Amino acid sequence: MRISFFSLVIAVNVDNRDCRHPLFLGSTGMTVPVELRKAGKRFPDGAGGARTAIDDITLSVPAGQFLAVVGPTGCGKSTMLSLISGLQPPSSGTVTVNGQAVTGIPEGIGYMFQSDAMLPWRSVLANVAAGPLWRGAGKAQARRQAREWIARVGLDGFENYYLHQLSGGMRKRVALAQTLVNEPSILLMDEPFSALDVQTRALMQQELLRLWGGSNAAVVFVTHDLEEAIVLADRVLVMTASPARIKAVFEVALPRPRNVEELRTTTEFVDVYREIWSALSGEVDLARKEPGNAG
Amino acid sequence: MPANPARPANSAHPANPTHPANPTHRRHLLLVWSLRLLVLATVFGSWELLATYLIDPFYYSKPSLIARRLWEWFTVGTSKGSIWSNLSVTMQEALYGFLLGALLGVVLGILFGRARLLAEVLSPFVQALNAVPRIVLAALFIIWFGLGMQSKIATALVLVFFPVFFNAFQGAREVDQTYVDNARILGAGRAQILWSIVVPSATSWILASLHTAFGFALIGAIVGEYAGAAKGVGLLISTAQGTFDAAGIYAGMILSTVLALLAEIVLGSAERRLLRWRPPPATSTTAGL
Repeated sequence: MRISFFSLVIAVNVDNRDCRHPLFLGSTGMTVPVELRKAGKRFPDGAGGARTAIDDITLSVPAGQFLAVVGPTGCGKSTMLSLISGLQPPSSGTVTVNGQAVTGIPEGIGYMFQSDAMLPWRSVLANVAAGPLWRGAGKAQARRQAREWIARVGLDGFENYYLHQLSGGMRKRVALAQTLVNEPSILLMDEPFSALDVQTRALMQQELLRLWGGSNAAVVFVTHDLEEAIVLADRVLVMTASPARIKAVFEVALPRPRNVEELRTTTEFVDVYREIWSALSGEVDLARKEPGNAG
Repeated sequence: MPANPARPANSAHPANPTHPANPTHRRHLLLVWSLRLLVLATVFGSWELLATYLIDPFYYSKPSLIARRLWEWFTVGTSKGSIWSNLSVTMQEALYGFLLGALLGVVLGILFGRARLLAEVLSPFVQALNAVPRIVLAALFIIWFGLGMQSKIATALVLVFFPVFFNAFQGAREVDQTYVDNARILGAGRAQILWSIVVPSATSWILASLHTAFGFALIGAIVGEYAGAAKGVGLLISTAQGTFDAAGIYAGMILSTVLALLAEIVLGSAERRLLRWRPPPATSTTAGL
């Protein structure tokens, strides 16, 4: 509430120049899953001023594309997801999802949060069945869909467990099932695996690729881990340090299907990594110099 | 407990080192309970001795006199009829007051917790009402509702309402925003968020307040009876006071304590049932408190 009110107060950056940005690939006639045009977001900084989280973001994500967004920690990458998901309105620019301007939560959105967002007082089954139930499915049908997805993420037999009884990796599987059960056409992921240990993370990355494969969903995957970005994505977006703008975009032409563990050791991977890191490292250094971001 | 094996991170049924079946734990429990009995025996024993040899039992009474009074109440009856009818009246008053006060507190607390403007407008009034020494209302309620049960139920209700209200309010405010965001993305509407997220989130806060609230309900009922009633434990206490019967006052106190403890047991088991989803506490050495 507070944020949307504030955004009205701020002078919107009126800039009517043609959006001929190299990133702006979509044409307005088609229903591109995700499209941002000169989108920006400012937050009140508590001292009467405003802090710009993201600024001048123009990009589009076609169906079936896996886009990874990398940038220094705390640069505002997650804010981009809030705008696409409709949880927060942009302060400037426009955000369209499936061809329609975002007002409220758009249809077909799935969002996996960085922290556990499942309800701890519900069993695994009840958590996964929540989406279909809230969307008006019958109880029996919701449960059937939930069981199917629980099996698909490899948690067969854990339907009646509570979250505190599961390991970190298993909880991520529940979160995946909970998100995917709605069969989103756009999947937003906010550093979903950052809290996991290295082995579990690789395993979950592989699982994500397996589950996403063939779904034709557009994915926007935010991470600060460049390796993760490259093994997963078709396109890697490098953001600048705060405020986050798009610094560069890289195509990752590594073949699919991918094996995340093996891919990391190939020379192709190392080449891509080196290329992107040269763009990213400068921003990471900048972010480190900022007060409050030390360490 | 150094000998306990480390708990596997994703084990569903971790070996509970403090489970009652564990022999080390049983021995420990036995020790705790014997020491508790010892404390009780020491207190009552020294009281009995003091009252027999040093101080005047007319004013201070002593355990044997209190026990005799209780025995008399349960076998012969009290001056106000059978003890069971008195207990039942007090219990009913407390229970109805508790249920109504808790219901009102939960509903209004959650409403205030979610409606920011309402809370902002009305919060000084609520604070002011909370500052009123509400126990005095017992006298007013007797004028309004008479000597019957209603006046005591009303007293219990106003005592129960505030702690429950404030906890429900806090619980509804402190809902994790990530849960709400996630539910919105998954397709939940306002009513579904309220019912599936806000209410369960606030439940642990509300349950915490219900423990003390039943105590307040009993206080409300007994003080109400003390101020004027036809039946009840409070009336027994005030009658005992009128006849300089110190043992009778103590006996009434003991009865109300037992009522409160029984209610605590019922509430505790309800709480455990409702909060089953919670991870078990790291240690349960304080579980006996």
